[in-house]
Amino acid sequence: MKQPFDHRHAAHCESGALSALLRNRGLDLSEPMVFGIGGGLFFLYMPFIKMGGIPLTAYRDAPRVIIKNICKRLGITLRTMRFRKPEDSMAELDRLLEKGIAVGLQASVFYLSYFPRDMRFQFNAHNLVVFGKEGDNYLISDPVFEHPVSCPADDLRRARFAKGIYAPKGLLYYPEKMPSSPDLKEPIKKAIRQTCGRMLNIPLPFVGVRGIRYLAREIERWPVKLGPEKAPLYLGSVIRMQEEIGTGGAGFRFMYTAFLQEASDLLGLPHVKDAAKMMSENGDLWREFAVKGARLCKGHETGKEIYNELAAIVRECADREEEIFRLLKKAV
Amino acid sequence: MKAKEVPQEESILEGNRRACYAEDEHGRYVVVPSKGWEVEKIVNAQAHAEIDKHVEEARQEVLRGEASPLKYHMLKCQMTPGLLSATTGLWRWQVHRHFKPKVFASLKRPMLERYADAMKMNVEELCKAPHNIQPKNHIMPDETEKT
Repeated sequence: MKQPFDHRHAAHCESGALSALLRNRGLDLSEPMVFGIGGGLFFLYMPFIKMGGIPLTAYRDAPRVIIKNICKRLGITLRTMRFRKPEDSMAELDRLLEKGIAVGLQASVFYLSYFPRDMRFQFNAHNLVVFGKEGDNYLISDPVFEHPVSCPADDLRRARFAKGIYAPKGLLYYPEKMPSSPDLKEPIKKAIRQTCGRMLNIPLPFVGVRGIRYLAREIERWPVKLGPEKAPLYLGSVIRMQEEIGTGGAGFRFMYTAFLQEASDLLGLPHVKDAAKMMSENGDLWREFAVKGARLCKGHETGKEIYNELAAIVRECADREEEIFRLLKKAV
Repeated sequence: MKAKEVPQEESILEGNRRACYAEDEHGRYVVVPSKGWEVEKIVNAQAHAEIDKHVEEARQEVLRGEASPLKYHMLKCQMTPGLLSATTGLWRWQVHRHFKPKVFASLKRPMLERYADAMKMNVEELCKAPHNIQPKNHIMPDETEKT
């Protein structure tokens, strides 16, 4: 079973997988467009939710939010299924492939043997598209890979039934009904308004622009509070969430720049174009933070001053993002 | 970020490339494949070193007879007792109990197979921890060929 599948390299799994599924059903939306309309951009630093003893940092919204938002905004009906038994889920997958339907799956990275070894962590919310089967191997369009890959059935079964946080429970999905050429202007405006609101107006110190400032304050405290061993671990985790997991660079800020550029073409609003430029520069600043932070993680730098310096960069990012989202809010 | 500034450094991607968004010569942000970046290599190595530290501690415990090989293999698979109990369908207290060498030694074959299957290894591997340190970042036995 093999069908032609137009694979395109993407930065993020969720937006990439959905963009691929839609494109192969005739609706060509770029990955940044899916990410932007899905309202994927966010920031969150949760000191009391710890993964492996380290606070949770995220530069994006929770898994599956992008898919949920874009389907709602564009009027796409997505068929989703979860399974109790692995055998049932693999049988259903085969049945759909037999019918020529490419299927999106949620899976754990740890069990996917085509991933580079160093990148295989226990992370359950990865998304990929299966478009065929050859013998015992599934043909996979994994959005974050440059070319299609293949994966043995046993590994894929394990990946689909990994346990723990965000356990996929065999989740599969594919678009059932979708408009052929939906109006994008209103959904884009709605999405930008939503992202502005989430970045500016949630009255919690841990999320949005407030969350970025909170992180800056925490960074200043780390060398005293955590000591020289633990502080670099906390910092490294923030940088990993920004750069190592698929974000397209600068914690999705560059992808959002691409979205704002496309959006300004469609909407013809000069402020959105300005915001894109500012977002690009803001991304550069986040990259600078990553470079300086990594130097510290490697052990080249010690001392309190470097933490203060990093905090100052993060604070500057917060100021810039506040300015960008205030501008966008006014523009749309 | 300009397209030509996208890092192309030796990293963790094993010859794969990751998609970055960067500005092309017309000022448009497009996908630019990156071979890797030293920054991601550093923070990735740091995360693995932290995992490996606990794996090594467990290995020493096993060699001293203070813990069963189960604990070593669990950590090697980046699992916690909670995750291992969910994967095997056992109770968490059972998993904890099986960390005791004496209890582990008395386990019957089906129970060992249950653990071995959860961590994709065979029973013989499960029942021992290596005396020498294995190559760094060895995650799972019998890796399938990369495509």
